[in-house]
Amino acid sequence: MSNQNSQEDMYASSRETTEGRVYSVTGGDWDSLVTEIGQTKEERVVVNMGPQHPSTHGVLRLVLELEGETITEARAGIGYLHTGIEKNTEYRTWTQGVTFVTRMDYLAPLFNEAAYCLGVEKLLGITNDIPERASVIRVMMMELNRISSHMVALGTGALELGALSPMIFAFREREMVLDIFELVSGLRMNMAYIRPGGVAQDVPAGAVTKIRETVKTLRKNFKDNEKLLVGNTIWMKRTKDIGYLDLAGCITLGVTGPVLRSTGMPWDLRKTQPYSGYENYDFDVITTDTCDVYGRFLIRMQELEQSLRIIEQACDKLDQLEGAPVMVADKKIAWPAQLSVGGDGMGNSLNHIREIMGESMEALIHHFKLVTEGFRVPAGQVYSAVESPRGETGVHLVSDGGTHPYRMHFREPSFNNLQSTAAMAEGGMIADVIGAVASIDPVMGGVDR
Amino acid sequence: MSEQTGMFGVHGSGDTSGFGGLVRSAVSTGSTERPYGGYFDDIADDLERAYPEFNDAIERVVVDRGELTLHVKREKLFDVAMKLRDTESLRFELCLGVNGVHYPSDAGRELHAVYPLLSMTHNRRIRLEVSVPDVDPHIPSLVEVWAGNNWHERETFDMFGIIFDGHPGLTRILMPDDWPGHPQRKDYPLGGISIEYKGATVPAPSERRSYN
Repeated sequence: MSNQNSQEDMYASSRETTEGRVYSVTGGDWDSLVTEIGQTKEERVVVNMGPQHPSTHGVLRLVLELEGETITEARAGIGYLHTGIEKNTEYRTWTQGVTFVTRMDYLAPLFNEAAYCLGVEKLLGITNDIPERASVIRVMMMELNRISSHMVALGTGALELGALSPMIFAFREREMVLDIFELVSGLRMNMAYIRPGGVAQDVPAGAVTKIRETVKTLRKNFKDNEKLLVGNTIWMKRTKDIGYLDLAGCITLGVTGPVLRSTGMPWDLRKTQPYSGYENYDFDVITTDTCDVYGRFLIRMQELEQSLRIIEQACDKLDQLEGAPVMVADKKIAWPAQLSVGGDGMGNSLNHIREIMGESMEALIHHFKLVTEGFRVPAGQVYSAVESPRGETGVHLVSDGGTHPYRMHFREPSFNNLQSTAAMAEGGMIADVIGAVASIDPVMGGVDR
Repeated sequence: MSEQTGMFGVHGSGDTSGFGGLVRSAVSTGSTERPYGGYFDDIADDLERAYPEFNDAIERVVVDRGELTLHVKREKLFDVAMKLRDTESLRFELCLGVNGVHYPSDAGRELHAVYPLLSMTHNRRIRLEVSVPDVDPHIPSLVEVWAGNNWHERETFDMFGIIFDGHPGLTRILMPDDWPGHPQRKDYPLGGISIEYKGATVPAPSERRSYN
C-alpha cells in the first residue's frame, strides 16, 4: 500500500476484494465516486443500502444489484435487531410475557399484546369469560394504536420520498394518540396494558370524554394530510404503479394487511374471523385495486376514518358498561392488584397494599404466589391471530402445563411481508425501492424480534 | 457440599427466575376420534378423497381447543401440502410460516415443525405438524408450495437446526452467519454465550460474577 493511500479515510475509500472493487460512500463524495466508477468497465454495480440508512425503517439492509439505475436483483438482510424475545419468554411467567411481546413491533405494541393474550386465554379456555368492558377497552386501544401506527407509516413514507410536511402533521396526530395511551396506561409505548384475562387497569375517570374530543380533533386534522397528498401530482408520480404486487403474488408470499387489500382482496381478520367482539362494530374494510404504493397509501388514509368510527362506538359501549369489571373473575388467573396513579406515578393501588400488608395474610400469600410464580396453563398448543396495522400478527403458543410458555412464536407480518421487497423492487428504478419498502411498512423490531 | 458456580448458583438451563425446578415435559394429547366437530370432519373427508394415501401419511389427528392439527409424516408432507393448497374444497392458499418446537424428552421425535394454514376461500384454519429425530433433522421444504415460507424456514433452521431439503438458500437469517448452535433449542442456555466484539470478550451472564 502506498504512503498516500494509508492517509486516506479508512471508512470512505475504495479497495479491492475477491468480489470486485468495493467503494465506501459516506455522502458528499459523490462526484469523485461517479468519476471513479465511470472509468471501470463493469456495468453491474451492487449497492449495499443500509443497515444504517434513514429510509430503511430502522436497521434493514438492502443489497441491490443495478444495471444503470434499474434494479436487477434485490435482497433484504435482516437480523440486526434480533433480541431473542421468544427465547426470553420461556423463562418468564405467562403474565410477564406481555412485557416482552409489546416490544416486538414497537409501533403496534397493543396488537402484539392482544394476539398474545388471546392465545393465552385460548389455552386457559377462558376466551368467553373475558369481561365485555375489557374487550371493548382492548378494541378501543387497538384502534387508537392503528391510527398512531398508520401515522408513522404515512409520515415517514412521505418523508422518505421527499415530502417533508406530511411528517409534521402525522406526528402531531400521533402525539395526541400517545397522550391518550399515557392517560390510560401510564405509558406512551410498550405499555403491557393488555394482560391475560383482561386489561391491567380500567380507563381513568374522564378518559372517555378526552378520547371523544381527540377523535373530533383527529377527524379534522386528518384532512391536512389528505389535502397535501391525495391527488397530488408529484406524490402520484412517485407512488402510482410503483412497487407492484398483485393478488397471486401476495397470496404465494403470504402477504396480508394493507398490501393485500391494495389488490382488491377485502381480507381483514376483524371482519372475517372476528375476535374481542369486532363483529359488534360497524366499519368498512377498505380496498383498492391498484396493487401499488399509491393504493396502499390510500388504504391507510381511509382506514384512519374507520378506526375513528370504531373508537366512537367503543366509547358509547364504555359509557353503558361503566363500573363493569375489566379482568376475568377467576382469582387464580386475574392479576391480584389493580394499578392506580399516586403522587410518585403509576403503581399498585394503595387500597390493595393496605389489604395485603395490614389486613389479610391470605391475600398477601395469594398476591405473592400469583405475582412471583404465576398461574399454570394447561398443556397444549394454540394459534391466535389479530389484524395488526401491517397484516396478520399470529402467535403460536405451546404450554407444557407450567407457569412459563414452553414455546412462544410470533408470526410477524413485517417479517413475512418484507420478503416481497424483491418482487416489488426488481425491474424497477432504484429510487422506487424506497417507496416500495415504505409501503410494506416494516418495523424492524417486529421483523427481527 | 456441591460446588456453586455462576450467578445465583444456577446450572444447566440458565433459568434465573428461581423456578427452574418446575421443568416438566410437554404432554402430547394423543389422537382424537371422529367426529371432530365443525368443519374439521369435512376437511378430513375432503383430504382423504383427494389424497388416497391419507391414512398412511397422517399419523395423528388432534382436535384441541377448537383447532385441528394434522400430524404428517415428513416423507408425505410435500404431497399433503400440495393437495391442501390445490383441492377445490380445501384451498389452503395461505401458509403462515413454520415454527419449530423442541421436545428433548420426546425420543426419536425431538424436533417438531408446525405450519399454520389458512384458507381464505372457505375461511378456515388448520395446522400441520411434522416431527423428526434430532439426529436426522431433515424436512422437505415447502417453498415451492408457498413461496412465502422461504424466510420462515430459514428462521426455523437458524433457531432449531431443522434442515429443509430443497430450500433455495437455507442460510441463517436472524443470527450472524458464523453463529455456533441453534438458540431456540431447549439445550441452548438463555444468554449463556460469551460474545467477542472487536477483540474484547464479554463473558456470558452466568460467568460475570458469583455470589459464593
